[in-house]
Amino acid sequence: MLSPEDITALWITLRLASVTTAILLLVGTPLAWWLAHSRSAVKPVVDAIVTLPLILPPTVLGFYLLLALGPQGPIGRLVEFAGGQPLAFTFTGLVIGSVVYSFPFVVKPLQDAFANIGTRPLEVAATLRASPIDRFFTVVLPLARPGYLTATVLGFAHTLGEFGVVLMIGGNIPGATQVLSISIYDHVEMLEYGQAHLLSAILLILSFLLLLSVYVLNRRLHILRT
Amino acid sequence: MTSQISAKLELNREAFSLNAELNIPASGITVLFGSSGAGKTTLLRAIAGLEKCSGKVQVADEIWQDETRFLSPHERALGYVFQESSLLEHLSVRGNLEYGYKRVAPGNRLMDFSTAVELLGLSSLLDRSATQLSGGERKRAAIARALLSSPKLLLMDEPLASLDQQHKNELMPFLENLRDQLSVPIIYVSHSPDEVARLADHLVLIEQGKVLATGPANEILTRFDLPLAHDFDASAIIETRPGAYDSQFDLSSLEFDGGSLLVPGKIQATGSSLRVRILARDVSLTLQHQSETSILNIVAARVVEMSPDDSARMLVKLDANGIILLARITRKSGTALKLTPGLAVYAQIKTVALLSP
Repeated sequence: MLSPEDITALWITLRLASVTTAILLLVGTPLAWWLAHSRSAVKPVVDAIVTLPLILPPTVLGFYLLLALGPQGPIGRLVEFAGGQPLAFTFTGLVIGSVVYSFPFVVKPLQDAFANIGTRPLEVAATLRASPIDRFFTVVLPLARPGYLTATVLGFAHTLGEFGVVLMIGGNIPGATQVLSISIYDHVEMLEYGQAHLLSAILLILSFLLLLSVYVLNRRLHILRT
Repeated sequence: MTSQISAKLELNREAFSLNAELNIPASGITVLFGSSGAGKTTLLRAIAGLEKCSGKVQVADEIWQDETRFLSPHERALGYVFQESSLLEHLSVRGNLEYGYKRVAPGNRLMDFSTAVELLGLSSLLDRSATQLSGGERKRAAIARALLSSPKLLLMDEPLASLDQQHKNELMPFLENLRDQLSVPIIYVSHSPDEVARLADHLVLIEQGKVLATGPANEILTRFDLPLAHDFDASAIIETRPGAYDSQFDLSSLEFDGGSLLVPGKIQATGSSLRVRILARDVSLTLQHQSETSILNIVAARVVEMSPDDSARMLVKLDANGIILLARITRKSGTALKLTPGLAVYAQIKTVALLSP
């Protein structure tokens, strides 16, 4: 059975993934919109930066984040200046790290979805008296629904499986920053294979079900529309 | 001069520049005519505010843009029918029609929902998904949708261009209905002389981003200094009134200021005016009224002017009691008849094409 620590780790993991995904959807929407429609000269640079977490070793990402968030880092100093506590080794720090780590998994599907919609449906809506905000909620959101579904699930699932970044900036504080993937590592270190099996199976099944839901739902959306 | 649409628009791009000034009546169909790439669509988009241009746009007493203001497309009381299918695919046909309708206050609405549905023949399609319609049905839905947004000006970008001939023929009567039944002025982009003949009340010729000429359709069609009069299908259009029907020979008479014309069949008089098109190549000239001929339609006219056409042929502009006709004859015949401006002739019209339904 799951130990109380494991249940806490599972809870922290789910909370981390939810908060991270919510933030990413909010921040990712305007950025993905800009990436899908901008012809700016800096767009390739932004594109590259957004995609970077996809290929960078998590430890590299975690190392820089640790420096930035630590008491001597720029973000750490800013937080301290504002009267806050250092972010490294806290849940908030984990959220920041996860947002960076899962960034492309949310922004890219949204960017593709927006690019696929093109500008025509928006022009159509504009000639039918819809203001820009009106157009976003009545045209962009419904047409980009498959993109949002993919972005949400990928962002969530990818954050669930996070290891390297968390290890670097979250440490491994049970009850505060210990997530599932690190608990598994600890169990293996201590040769507690039964526990490791259980937690691994939970992650595996959860991730599979999440991905399955994307494919099933997107297919249903597609069929509904044709 | 309040019931006018005027636009003066300028746009400079690397490969294209638009510099157009328009003053057209705020009624009927004005066709923007020109070859592809002439800038017709850009001009239409600029009028809608979809393309940011400097200049001025005024529709009746509403200023849509000038030096100090620029209304966004959603703030302009316009309807726009895009060239390709533009239905919002996440909505049903009804959802599409309601999209603009719901965004206009009930007091400002041009027509009822059911009127537009009926006008465009959509009642049986309302609950279909936008993706389940044929090309012609989509166009009709897009036109109804535009009308339901209660426009003060309806802009249509080649609504027939993406359709095959069968669907074109199917949609044309709906367009003619719009012209005859609605008070909304329409600006209609086209590069088809046939659509011009059938639909245009007013004609604006566009070439390389500039307005080449503008005026009543028949005047522009028959001006020798403009390309349409030299087209293979050069023609004149005449508005006529339905007259008597001769049941013995199954012929209907169409009256106009210059005389009357006979066309086969019984005409279901739908409106007060029926439009006919007479191709220049179907008109021959005689000095005396021929009685022993199979040609039924002979109209007395005066020669207005002549213009060389190709090496063998010439064009003659005729005035039949104020109605302008074109004739394309050989130079040899022209010389034999000693045609000069002012000469009284008889125009023998081989074919009269009835354009209105």
